[in-house]
Amino acid sequence: MNRVSVVGFAQSDCVRNTHGTTNGVEMLVPILAEAFERTGLSKEDIGFWCSGSSDYLAGRAFSFISAVDAIGAFPPINESHVEMDAAWALYEAWVKILTGEADTALVYGFGKSSAGTLRRVLSLQTDPYTVAPLWPDSVSIAALQARLGLESGRWSEKDMAEVAARSLADARGNPKAQRSGDHSVAELLDGPLTADPLRAHDIAPITDGAAVVILAAEDRARDIVPTPAVITGIEHRVDSPVLGARDLTRSPSTESAGAAVGIGEVDVAELHAPFTHQELILREALGLGDGVRISPSGGVLAGNPMFAAGLARIGEAAQRVMTGDAGRALAHATSGPALQQNLVAVLEAQA
Amino acid sequence: MSTEAPPLSEPLEIQFDYTRSLGPVLGRFMTGLAERRIEGVVGSDGRVHVPPVEYDPATAAPLRDFVEVGQEGTVLTWSWCADPVAGQPIQRPFAWVMVRLDGADTAMLHAVDVTSPEEMHTGMRVRVRWADEPVGHIRDIAYFLPVDAPDDNPPTSPAPPRTEHDGIMVTPIAASYQHTVSPEESRYLRALGEGKLIGQRCPRCEKVYLPPRGACPTDGVPTTTEVELPDTGIVTTFCIVNVPFLGQQITPPYVVAYILLDGADIAFLHLVRGCEADQVRMGMRVRAQWRPREEWQTSMRNIAHFEPTGEPDAPYESFAHHL
Ligand SMILES: [Zn+2]
Repeated sequence: MNRVSVVGFAQSDCVRNTHGTTNGVEMLVPILAEAFERTGLSKEDIGFWCSGSSDYLAGRAFSFISAVDAIGAFPPINESHVEMDAAWALYEAWVKILTGEADTALVYGFGKSSAGTLRRVLSLQTDPYTVAPLWPDSVSIAALQARLGLESGRWSEKDMAEVAARSLADARGNPKAQRSGDHSVAELLDGPLTADPLRAHDIAPITDGAAVVILAAEDRARDIVPTPAVITGIEHRVDSPVLGARDLTRSPSTESAGAAVGIGEVDVAELHAPFTHQELILREALGLGDGVRISPSGGVLAGNPMFAAGLARIGEAAQRVMTGDAGRALAHATSGPALQQNLVAVLEAQA
Repeated sequence: MSTEAPPLSEPLEIQFDYTRSLGPVLGRFMTGLAERRIEGVVGSDGRVHVPPVEYDPATAAPLRDFVEVGQEGTVLTWSWCADPVAGQPIQRPFAWVMVRLDGADTAMLHAVDVTSPEEMHTGMRVRVRWADEPVGHIRDIAYFLPVDAPDDNPPTSPAPPRTEHDGIMVTPIAASYQHTVSPEESRYLRALGEGKLIGQRCPRCEKVYLPPRGACPTDGVPTTTEVELPDTGIVTTFCIVNVPFLGQQITPPYVVAYILLDGADIAFLHLVRGCEADQVRMGMRVRAQWRPREEWQTSMRNIAHFEPTGEPDAPYESFAHHL
């Protein structure tokens, strides 16, 4: 069977607040151009388009329709959208190529998280009958999860601070990062509790941004770039939406997706963990040992553009493979409260 | 060097009352709440789920075996919300908890009213503080209190409305945004504030867009060249509105038409007045009727409507490709 490879990736700067519209056009136009330039492709070469974004985040209906302006959709194109992180749009595009309906696809995600109150908007992802009417903000839900792990001894505040310190240090090498810096664990632990038991360093920043990934059928990919990153497996799973029915200190959906993908040995793993303790949950669920380099980009603690950050993890992992930094890389994306839904992909250098 | 003002930006408040049918399981749960009673449902394995679930999470069997549970419970985990957002149960710093009610096996998410995180600990006992006037909604549980604390009256969010029908819950959802228009739209709107119509030409296909769009939908490239357009044009197509509706500002019948300005390649919706509705024709020449200058804003509303100029109609072939 023909496989699917990543051949291009571009992302916008991660910033706290853009002057742009919530339909993402201003963030998308330059990175679409960048992705086309890097691959030598043009819009006429793209067989399928798929995006991820959210109208609740944008505060307007059909915001993704306006974003289609950025890609030039006349004459009509073969286009689709998911109201999810664009990592799931990539999954749809992957299926489209596997079925032979297209041999190239462009996937993009965008989010202007700064337009509303992000942690409040995200509470609308929860059960609309018994949970969302309470407006449980995303930070508070993650904090409930963090305490469960802290008090059961599954992780410590120091473990969490170590995740933040490593991420911010790595982000110094990422020009797109919103936050970076050299911080000792002790210094981070001296910070106040902002959402007890979380400190500011435990929480991903509020970020406006966008990302683009170009896919191609394996047999076309090497005509486009010298070393495509072939997707050897991609799977996604979901846990119960009932928060009280889940063991929030574990991520069965990540574990199951990872098992289905067949992770094997990877050099690098780009994890979508908007809270420090969630990286600890993910590393365990995926069985990532000390030898695996975790989120060398700095991860989403360095910049978390909603609905694009998961796609950007796939792009970052693919970039490592395409440049030869990694032979085999894992990418993970999450969606929903407290790691409810998870996607795992493994990429390796196309022989 | 550009010294352009930042794009126009305004607060945007949106609100919608979500009306949801509850079905047999949640309906019974909410009806119970209205009577200050909490019922869970027994799962396939005998575990009691509170709030109730319609299907067993493991076996997917439909669950209909209800059991009343206690109104006190145990905190399994908590977090501190120092800066509550609108709509949350308590509008001053409070704790979120997962609380397992006595007799239940699963935990529910809710709020506890205490004044500082020092008063919280995992394992503490809490009790329901009911809303003064329950209506059959999850918010009938106003919040929780430590079991031995007296009833108090913290600031709360407005209660959800009572519904006239059983089996329905209404949840008003309001959200606030800072809505920003694009730089191109900003220039367009600021120009409207001075009585000018500014469109943009695509550098590739040379089409002129009004309002400007930031990128050409055909070519996907930024539209950069500005073009000032006259306030005259034609009606490409139109409809006569005969039906009254909520919020209508003009008495029917009236005409809503696609107006194609002279020199533009895309039509926009506006009103045609100044003649009987049945006199409006495709291809009819029209001119903008501007509101008095002192009423102008950065808005297309500065043009009250378009009126016939009396010039000969444009031939159909000249605008057929704009339909
Ligand atoms: Zn064009």
